[in-house]
Order: sequence, then structure tokens, then C-alpha cells
Amino acid sequence: MKKIETQEVAKIASLARLEADRATLERFAGQLDNILEYMETLHELDTTGVDPLYSPVQHPAPFREDSVHQAYTQQDVLGNAPESDELYFIVPKII
Amino acid sequence: MSTLTADLNLTELRQGLLSRDISVLEAVEHASRRIQETEPLINALLHVNQEQALRQAEELDRQGPNPARTLWGIPVIIKDVLATKGLPTSCASKMLQDFIPFYDSEAVHRLKQAGAIILGKANMDEFAMGSSNENSAFGPSRNPWDLERVPGGSSGGPAASTAAGQTPFSLGTDTGGSIRQPAGFCGLVGLKPTYGRVSRFGLVAYGSSLDQIGPLTRTVEDAARVLRVIAGHDPKDSTSAPVEVPDYPARLAERPDLKGLTLGIPEEYWDAEGLSPEVNQGCTAALEAARGLGATTVPLSLPSSKYAIAAYYIIVMAEASSNLARYDGVRYGYRDREAKDLIEMYARSRSAGFGPEVQRRIILGTYVLSSGYYDAYYRKAAQVRRLIRDEYDQALRHCDVICAPVAPTSAFRLGEKTDDPLQMYLTDVFTNPLNLTGLPGLSLPCGLGEQTGMPIGIQLFAPAFAETRLLQIAWTLEQELPRLPRPSGLASR
Amino acid sequence: MSAFEAVIGLEVHAQLKTESKLFCACSTHFGEKPNTNTCPVCTGMPGALPVINKKAVEFAAKMALAMQCRINTRSVFARKNYFYPDLPKGYQISQYEAPLAENGCVSIVSGGSFREIRIIRIHMEDDAGKSIHSRHENLSYVDLNRTGVPLIEIVSGPDLRSAEEAVTYLKQLRSILMYLGICEGNMEEGNFRCDANVSLRPLGRERLGVRTELKNMNSFRHVHKALEYEIQRQEDLLSDSEPVIQETLLFDEDSGTTRSMRGKEEAHDYRYFPDPDLVPMELSREAIAGWTAELPELPPAKMLRFQEAYGLPEYDAGLLTAERDLADYFEATVALGPPPKVVSNWIMTDLLREIREKDLVLSRCAFTPERFASLLKLIDSGKISSKTGKQIFPELLLQDLDPGTYVQEKGYVQISDDSELTRILEEVLEENPKELAAYKAGKKKLLSFFMGQVMKKTKGQANPKLVNEKLQELLK
Repeated sequence: MKKIETQEVAKIASLARLEADRATLERFAGQLDNILEYMETLHELDTTGVDPLYSPVQHPAPFREDSVHQAYTQQDVLGNAPESDELYFIVPKII
Repeated sequence: MSTLTADLNLTELRQGLLSRDISVLEAVEHASRRIQETEPLINALLHVNQEQALRQAEELDRQGPNPARTLWGIPVIIKDVLATKGLPTSCASKMLQDFIPFYDSEAVHRLKQAGAIILGKANMDEFAMGSSNENSAFGPSRNPWDLERVPGGSSGGPAASTAAGQTPFSLGTDTGGSIRQPAGFCGLVGLKPTYGRVSRFGLVAYGSSLDQIGPLTRTVEDAARVLRVIAGHDPKDSTSAPVEVPDYPARLAERPDLKGLTLGIPEEYWDAEGLSPEVNQGCTAALEAARGLGATTVPLSLPSSKYAIAAYYIIVMAEASSNLARYDGVRYGYRDREAKDLIEMYARSRSAGFGPEVQRRIILGTYVLSSGYYDAYYRKAAQVRRLIRDEYDQALRHCDVICAPVAPTSAFRLGEKTDDPLQMYLTDVFTNPLNLTGLPGLSLPCGLGEQTGMPIGIQLFAPAFAETRLLQIAWTLEQELPRLPRPSGLASR
Repeated sequence: MSAFEAVIGLEVHAQLKTESKLFCACSTHFGEKPNTNTCPVCTGMPGALPVINKKAVEFAAKMALAMQCRINTRSVFARKNYFYPDLPKGYQISQYEAPLAENGCVSIVSGGSFREIRIIRIHMEDDAGKSIHSRHENLSYVDLNRTGVPLIEIVSGPDLRSAEEAVTYLKQLRSILMYLGICEGNMEEGNFRCDANVSLRPLGRERLGVRTELKNMNSFRHVHKALEYEIQRQEDLLSDSEPVIQETLLFDEDSGTTRSMRGKEEAHDYRYFPDPDLVPMELSREAIAGWTAELPELPPAKMLRFQEAYGLPEYDAGLLTAERDLADYFEATVALGPPPKVVSNWIMTDLLREIREKDLVLSRCAFTPERFASLLKLIDSGKISSKTGKQIFPELLLQDLDPGTYVQEKGYVQISDDSELTRILEEVLEENPKELAAYKAGKKKLLSFFMGQVMKKTKGQANPKLVNEKLQELLK
């Protein structure tokens, strides 16, 4: 039986760049416990030697020719930026 | 009371437009009025593109009907998870509330090329995560059949909108049942194409190996028409299949009956605990109708199905946790202005921008991919996925289509399942195995439930790229099934 | 003599010289205005999807083949998940479990002999953008032009034993990349980058010691300095029985030391998984055979051949084959007649000097192998003196001039005509009777005096060899 500690949830949340106050973390931990326990039912199935199926795609990898096609402008790309000087995206300093 | 678009389906409206009995402007104006009447009740839309749509309508009327454009003049509602150039695309999230893409998703682009008019963006579960449309940051959508009940999810908005007759069809997306289940709950035809049949370019990714775009319509013929437009290879999407698109509408009527066809009945779906009596009755009656048309039914077993939900959720949450990493407030989307440094900005923006269900799934997804857990969860789930796919492929060698109810119950009440996330996930039990396999599926209304009076839906699954077969069988069966009245929840409107 | 052995492994990232990016059709051209070589795909817009650039795969495969790696017939792109402002998707598309190629090797010359350095793997990935950190404000500026440019990562085994070897290895790698024409190979510009893993172990022990990772080395000199410093630092610790802490260190060029990133470091859990937006690549035997056939002769083989075919010493061969352009130039010139050693000497002294000092690009010079051969012929035939040749060489290199015409016009042609020389010599002897008498009396050394006078009279144009012979004759 898996028991997720609040600490572990906090660590995962941090990896995912989510913050959570104590109360939220505790609530999450309980729910996650429940859900993970359900997911563990998979271990009842014997999958020895089964090749994982990560995608249903059955065609070979398509490739692109190496040619340039510039369809968008600097304005387009910066248009939704929360902060920009019309040249760069601006963010709080990366320490 | 505007009856025009509320009564005419896509095929009928097209006839009217081509013959100029109805002008495009009239069609769009009626749709707009219908929206105005119904929106306060069902909250199906997040954005209405009124001005532009009217101008486009006028322009089309000026040019005159172009029969080669198969959706000429038809107004459509697009689930807000699909990028629409110049129109907000919020995914029902605070995170993307102000986001306006400078590109169209390929499916929307093809609709436009076919002459359709984008009239609005529909409400949904935030980032397509949900089965009831209760996870929207902008309020739930409501079922036109009973405003106290959910329209289903995550394409709840499109389903409610089309069922309420706002436009003849809408475009939704299905990752674990998100077209089929709302279609079933709202009495519509919902089609999830084979994975790779429709380009995912411009579809805001949730579960990349599971997502597909498809139509919600009032008839099977309408669904065939829309699929023909949006299907087909797209070089911008590597997972897009290089498979030709048949002329679905032209081939619909090839089966006058269902003689010689076998319908597979998986016991895991029909004998399931929790399957409500009215759903059982409604779907069984549909099977009877099929037999009446000459089909035979054959029982089969899909033993790995009981593990499908667990496998599905592990895979979808893992992919989602990665797909949603780009929402960091740097280049677009919500940014917390108070943050002192970058890490704080990330955490605060994402925590404020994403709703609780989205955060829960990101955390679970991050967990199952993390060091030490990858093999036990993600890789294991992918192995189970292969077992499930193999079982379906095998089953489809013994029958032409597989039949199952859409959901264990008809549309449940708002708030009924929101306390326990796991309970909500379990409602997908009949729909999400299909996404794991990548096979196509369609849900078809088969009547109203005896206990609740709510629509009941039945699903048909076919082999990969066999949408022609799926649509033909559905079309023939549709004639025999009870035709639904107008949604009772809007009776006074 | 140290009791410890340094164990070094290098991770090289090389930018591939494709026209467009790895997963989208944006230009890879350097130096554009910020955020102009961009599109929804490389800026991580919602709903954007990647499509593989086939040329990038070809380039990567050729590098793998040149390093004798085994190319995996099935190769998978995986997402490497982490957060950084110039990583727009919140993940890099890289390769993890099934990289493009594995198990190769490359030979380097170390201490007079060949050593084989293992190549553990070569994989493909997309580059991140650039962040500029403001000095005055609490802000950073992000430019995504570079995001999505194709990279290959080349991971060596822990087989290098010194800073020198490391740099030799890097130069060899760079040389091969440039031979293949797939990378600019410029560390300062950032299209050829290197991180190092360094550990020490007592001589004779097999087990590896604790290793540190070195980053932020932007030139071969930096690499050398950083490694030397780090090896010494670790040795000092171990000699004092202090432990080496596993950490990432940044090279600080101002102090020439390696500094800990303590405090900024975070345990990375990249949560690799196969990218569901891409289909695993199946590279056919035919494709691989095709690329193998297209490989040019690579430096190690060419160097050996130059020694054998042209009778050149190892040093010359090494220098001439370091750059493909130069090797081709050498061979084209030799093919027109001049002796290989002569050509080699000229290249090693004069040509390379001029190229270095004047920052020239050989392939863009008008001084073709034909002209080079022609110049050497002029000297060999005595039409001009060797000294003159060396003198006019820089000019010929810079301008679009035919050597034969040039020496005619400028009057550089040596005086070799017998009667002309005789006349001049007789003049000189006449003008210097005292010295002539002294010479005849036995002061043989005065021969050079007469030589000098002839050269002065002819402004250096007289053919010295002939003058010498003539003088000997006349003074008999």
C-alpha cells in the first residue's frame, strides 16, 4: 500500500513548478494516495516480455526537406508576451 | 422563437443555402439569436465571434453558393482547445484567458476552406481534463435536456451548444471519451476518428498519443460530411497518417440493412457493475433494432479492459504533465506580476493559472514519470496498452464492429461527482480504452432513459481507418432508432 | 610523478549546419534580429508540433559513421523535461534510450603514439534559445532564434588522461566535423561546445573516483586550463585524504579556476519519456550504406596517405590534413608538378602565416593551386629568385593576379642571361680593382663581396646561383 508523504508531494510540486500551501498539499496527498492505489492494480497483470506501446501510430517517421520557410514575424511571436520590448521576451532575472 | 438553426441539421441547412432558400446571413443571424436565448441557461460558449461572422456571411452571400465548398455558409462552434487565428483560445483556463493565437489549427483551417463560418468558441473542462465540464474556470456548462445536469466532458460546451441548436454542428476533441460521452449525454452523434486521421496541429495538447478531433452533430450524415473535410494527412503533424480519405458522405447509404454484419458484445462492458438499468435497456433495445436489420451479435471478452482506466490515466497524466510545462508565463498566458524572481514567477503563475484538477493531474503525471517510478507506472501502463490494443484487434477479427454503452449512467447531476476525483475518472470506463488503442469510435443516440428521461447513447468501434464502415452501419441503424425530440430542458425556449 | 591518474570524459555539443531547424522550417542563420527566426513550433506555442529535418539526420549519421559507431536502426526522440525561460516547451527534444548511434571510437596522437578514445554514444537534440541577463535591472531578456537549431551530442568514454589529450581529442573531433562539412566548429561562437567530467584514481586501480562536471569553457585554452586546474585541485584534496564532492563546477576565465555552483544547483530529474509527437525513426541499411559511400576521406586516413604517397614527414602530414580545404589545396598544387616537400614547406611557413595574420579564407582566395604551382615553377626555373618569390607571395595571395604576368610587369624577372651577367660581372670587377687584386692574392672570402656588389648593381635581380658560377669562372 503506497502512502505518499506530504513532503514527497511538495517535492513533486516543486519539480512541476507548482506551489501549494500546507492545506492544499495535505488534501492532494490524500487524493493522490487513492488514485495511485488504484493505478497499482496494473501490477496484477503479467506483462513480462510485452513490448510497451507508447503511441498507436503505424506509419514510418515522416521527414522534412531542409528548406527555410519563414511564415511568421517577430510581432506575431511576441504578440502575446506578458512582458516584452518588442524585441525580447522579458522575465525576472534568472539568478 | 428562432426555429431555423434549431430545427435544421447540417445537411438540411446546406440544401437550403445552396438553393438560396436561406441566405448565409439569415443562417448566421438565427444562430446568433439562438445563442442569445440559450446561453444564459447553458453557458456553452466562452466567446462569440458575432461581428466577423456576420461580415463573412454577407461576403459569402455576395459571392453566391459554391457547391464545391462542402460546408459553405454553415456556422460552427469550435471547442476552445483548438487554436483559431485572431480569436481567443483559452482552453477554459485562467492560464490562457487572454491568449490569441496567430495561427489556425489545421482542422479549423480546413473548415474555413470548406466555407464554414466560425461563430464561437465553446466551454470545456479546463485543458480537456474532465468528464462533466465542471472543471472550467468560467463556470460549468449545463445539459439542455436538464439544466441541473452536466452535458458531459470535456467537450461539454460543444455538446450543449449543438444539442441546444445554436449551430448545426460543433468540433470537439476526444482523449478518453470527451466527444463520445458528451454526445451520449446530450443526444448527439459524436465521432472520434482513428488516431492520426485528423491533424493535431493547433490542438492544444493534453494526451498527445490519445487526442483526436471530431464532430458533434445531430445526424450520422452530418458527421460524415464534417469528417471528410477535416480528415487527411497534414505534413505539420508527424503523427498524421498518410492514408487517403474516402468520400464518406457518398458511401453512407451503401448498406440498406445490416445483413451479414456481426456486432461484438464485450461482456466486460455489458455486464459491468454500475451499469444503470436504463442505460442497459436503451442500449439493448438498440441491439435489438440492429438484429431487426439483419445483424448478428456475438459475445466476446476483452479481459484487459478492467485495467484500461488505470493505464489510461497514467499515460494521459504523464503526457499532460509534460505538455503543460510550456505554460510558464514567459511567452504568453497568465503571469503573476508580484513575483520577485523567476522560480517564484513560475510557481505563482502556474498555481494561479491552473485549476485544481489540472494541478492534480500535473502532479500525478510528474510523479509517474519521475526517477524510480517510470518503470513501475509509465512503462507498465504502456505494456498494458499493447495488451488492450491486441485484444481489440483480435476481437475485431471476429466481428465487424464492437458495441458498448457510452457511459454507465446517463448525465449525472452537477456536483454529484466533484468530491472524489477517482469517482469521476471511473465514469470513463467505456470510453477511454478506445483512445489507448487508437481505433475509431462513434456514439449514437438510442433513446431517452426510462428513469431519468435523459438521452442514452450507444457506441460502435471499428478497426483502424474503417470510418466508412462505422458511419455506414451507424447511418443504417440510425433510421431504426427513436428520433429524439427537442431538448426538454429548454422546453420554454 | 603523481600517484594519481586523471580520468576525463568529454561531452561535446556540435551545432549542425543545416539551413533550417531540427523540427521546423525556421532559418538557422546566425545574427538575425531577436525572435525573428521563429514560429509556433520553436517558440512552444499551444498546439504546435515537431517534424524531423532529414538533413540533420543525415549529418548526424555521417558523423556517427566517421567515428565508426553503430547506427541504431531504430532510434527514438525523447523529452527531457525541465524549466528554463529559453526552453519554450518546458522540455528539450533529445534522445535517451535509443540514441542515433553508439559504440564508436576515434584515434588521437598522444605522446608520439596512437590512442583510441571510445565514443559511447552520439545523439540528436534541439538547442535552446539565449538569455541575456541585465546587469542593472532584475531582468533577463530571452531570444528564441537559436531554439530548435539541431545539435549532436558526442559522449566519449572516460578515456582521456590529461588536459593535452582532451584538447587533442577536441581538435580531432572538430576536424572531422569540418571535414564532413556539417559544423562550423567555432567554440567562441558557441557552435561547438564542450563539458568535461573529471575524476582521479590511484594509479593501477580500476574503479573510478568521484567525478565533477566542468562547464562554461568557451575555447580550447579554457578547456586546457580548466582541466589542469581541476586535476590539481582534486589531487590536492585526495593527497590530504579529503573527499572530492560530486558537483558541477563552472570555469571562471578571469581567475582560471573552477567554481562551485553551490546554491544554484538543483537535483535534476528529467523524467525522460519517448516523445509522443514523433514517430521512432527506422534507418534502413540502404540509407546507411548510401551515407557511408558519401563520406569523404577523413583526417586520420588522409594523414597516413600523405606520408606514404608524398613522402612527407608526420608533422607536415598532420598539419596539412588538419583542415580539409588545406589538404585539397595541397594536393591540387602537387598534381601540377611542384615537388610535395617544396609545396608543403611553402604552405607551412608562408601560406599559413598569411592566412593567420590576415584572417583569410583559403577557399575565397584568388591564388588558386594553378597560380601557386606557376609561382613555384617561376622560382624553380630561375626566372625569379626564391627571395623574390617569398616577397611577392603575400601580394599574390591577396589580389587577383597571375604570377607570370605580375613578375614581368614589375620587372622582378631575374637576370639569368649569360651575356648580360657577364657584362655586369665584368663591370663590377673593373670597378673594384683593389678587391680583385686581394682576391687573386688569396682572400677567397671576397667572393661574397663581389656577390654583394652584383646584387647591389642589379637591385637583387641577378640570379645568385648563376652569378656565383660566373664569378668562379671569371676569377679563375
